[in-house]
Amino acid sequence: MSFTVAIQTQDFDVSHEVAALRSGKADVGAVCVFVGTVRDRNDGDDVSTLELEHYPGMTEKSIERMLNEAQQRFEMISAKVIHRVGILNPLDQIVLVAVTSAHRGQSFQACEFLMDYLKTQAPFWKKETGPNGSHWVDARVSDDQALARWGIQTKNALP
Amino acid sequence: MKVTIRFFSSLREQLGISHQEHETVSLNVAQLRSELMRLQPVFAQALAPGKAIRVAVNQEVCDDTALLSEGCEVAFFPPVTGG
Repeated sequence: MSFTVAIQTQDFDVSHEVAALRSGKADVGAVCVFVGTVRDRNDGDDVSTLELEHYPGMTEKSIERMLNEAQQRFEMISAKVIHRVGILNPLDQIVLVAVTSAHRGQSFQACEFLMDYLKTQAPFWKKETGPNGSHWVDARVSDDQALARWGIQTKNALP
Repeated sequence: MKVTIRFFSSLREQLGISHQEHETVSLNVAQLRSELMRLQPVFAQALAPGKAIRVAVNQEVCDDTALLSEGCEVAFFPPVTGG
């Protein structure tokens, strides 16, 4: 129960998730939370809706693998990853990564590692809709570079 | 052998198919991709060499040399953009 993944259409409550992650764990001295949200502009275009598609089954496996990888690198006590799918709107929450540890350093690092990993390794795809129609979002080289900082080479954004 | 083929995101839209059962003589991913390209022009276009396409066999990302097995699931999709 300490390291869990949820893929869901419904919204999540950060306070509730943090409380659950810390519950009964008096060895926790630090909680680091990242929340990704939907912007109303991307690459200069207005965004009215964002559609998130994923590969059921593989998504959960890839996030469980990334949690295992993080556990080998950092002293985490518990962690939760939630990623929403379906139709979202500007201001909506998309993704939660929450990590607990004894001291802040490990949870700060683990949280950033998990997000960098998720961006290029988990099978999600975003489609933006705005006044000029819909298009699938392109992968970014900067996300590959973010993961490379942790010693993991990836070519997600390459042709 | 029989395999299940799945397509996601822009590839799914381009082909108009999310998944299909497929009887194949291909032994690996590269052969299957070529086989699909011979089926219809839309497949030839979508799966052409040089397109940014990722492949997973049984939900593990792999390269074109990965071997197929009876009943396996082969997925083709563009680079991922979650988070």
